Amino acid sequence: MKKQIITIFQFYRDGFREMTWGRTLWWLILVKLFVIFVILKLFFFPSFLKGKTEQEKQEYVGTELIDRALEESKEIH
Amino acid sequence: MFETIDTSMIDWSRAQFALTAMYHWLFVPLTLGLAVVMGTMETLYVVTGKEFWKRTAQFWMKLFGINFAVGVATGLILEFEFGTNWSNYSWFVGDIFGAPLAIEGILAFFMEATFVAVMFFGWKKVSKGFHLASTWLTGLGATISAWWILVANAWMQHPVGMAFNPDTMRNEMVDFLAVAFSPVAVMKFLHTVLSSWVLGAVFVIGISAWYLLRKRETEFAVASIKVASYIGLFAALVTAGTGDKSAYQVAHVQPMKLAAMEGLYDGGYREPLTVVGSLKIPYMLSFLATHDTNGYVPGINDLLNGGYEQADGTVAISAEEKIARGKLAIEALGQYRQAKQAGDEAAAGISRRTLEENMPYFGYGYIKDPATLVPHVGLMFWSFRIMVGLGCYFILFFAVMLFLAYKKELARFSWLHHIALWSIPLAYIASQAGWIVAEVGRQPWTIQDMLPVNAAISRLEAGSVQTTFFIFLVMFTVLMIAEIGIMVKAIRKGPEHV
Repeated sequence: MKKQIITIFQFYRDGFREMTWGRTLWWLILVKLFVIFVILKLFFFPSFLKGKTEQEKQEYVGTELIDRALEESKEIH
Repeated sequence: MFETIDTSMIDWSRAQFALTAMYHWLFVPLTLGLAVVMGTMETLYVVTGKEFWKRTAQFWMKLFGINFAVGVATGLILEFEFGTNWSNYSWFVGDIFGAPLAIEGILAFFMEATFVAVMFFGWKKVSKGFHLASTWLTGLGATISAWWILVANAWMQHPVGMAFNPDTMRNEMVDFLAVAFSPVAVMKFLHTVLSSWVLGAVFVIGISAWYLLRKRETEFAVASIKVASYIGLFAALVTAGTGDKSAYQVAHVQPMKLAAMEGLYDGGYREPLTVVGSLKIPYMLSFLATHDTNGYVPGINDLLNGGYEQADGTVAISAEEKIARGKLAIEALGQYRQAKQAGDEAAAGISRRTLEENMPYFGYGYIKDPATLVPHVGLMFWSFRIMVGLGCYFILFFAVMLFLAYKKELARFSWLHHIALWSIPLAYIASQAGWIVAEVGRQPWTIQDMLPVNAAISRLEAGSVQTTFFIFLVMFTVLMIAEIGIMVKAIRKGPEHV
């Protein structure tokens, strides 16, 4: 098992070492993942229902869905 | 009492989602299409033992790698948007959406991470057979990922296999197989994946034609065109067939989408199919929609006014009546919740029955003007024609390429090489037009008949969505420039330098 893990590790390590054009792509992937997961997710895309318990989420969405229909009716009249 | 949702918030959220989805879809079809091309070329290498095919496969793998690297994870942004901008929707769909996306995420990660690595790093380290299997499994992994994404999308177009639970305010899956193998999902998968093979084949032919124009790599280019033409012709014909089946399904489950695609306001029996302007094919629309030349196809006005006989023999109800029943469902939901809070089980039972009886029209309760039930007819009409027109063009294109390949005259006609090269953007236009038909056509619904966009959206400020819209626009443009730059550099170097 340990030998297999080492073989797999060496396979990836050698693969990365021998890369030529692939290095640029890996940098591109890493920068992109950083922007997506660190900048965008943390600062611009927090979960709207974050911080609420399951019960509170049910309550909130339930009230929202009922109120939205009333808002639409109210706008008509 | 109520803080009304800003309509510009809805439009900005839709625009942002459309931008992200369309950008993501620039990468996916090329990944799926090139996977088949490079898999076929490597198979030829393993079968014939000729180094030429190895070199050819490696070149297309390199372009696959560039596209894969730039495109990977761009779809995750859509999931962020669900949680932030579309929180009511995210909660309402419950595990129906979560399960396929979770399977997709796990599968995509493990299959693609494992086999992509073997494909790129393993040429000298694993056997020919194992390497070939890894190449095909990379493509299969991407295709299975597409399956689950399309299952989720198909469910939004035609929700099946679930039941709404008013206690949790979520739809709960009651029949996994009905969701996973819904006929709409199956057809959507075949149509989308096969059309991606078309795009991949056009891309390979276009790039190969560039080499012919430059009088470089002639043998490589001709061989690539031959392989891609076979794949492309097969895929384009199957795409046409599945498109026909999809249109038949749309006629039954989303008749408004079909009416908008055809710009058909007043329907009838023996309806012709409009090609463009006054050019029509007699009986064809009836035949496509009902598989009967005498079949009835409702138009936009018929769908709004109701009163016509449906395929199952029942009389269609009007949009006004659907709106009334939707309001009844939402009112019953409110009463159910109040009764539950008060501990009045009898009243809760009555309200729940009313809710369940009217649940098929639940989403109509949010519609204030029946006119908003009609998608943008002009956009639908022309997107559909662009998609179908280009689909027909590609069948002819592949057939001509294949014919000339067999006549050994492919390298002769430079005008044809120019056409092939400029067909690459046409393949992307056709692919995007297809998604416009699918997604604009279901407006105003996020989930057909159940949840319109104005109920699905989070209560956010439009300004925050505008900001992220422009951040994405900049980010996507930069990534696109990077991809094109790296790709062009790799193409200029050519297969010799792999």
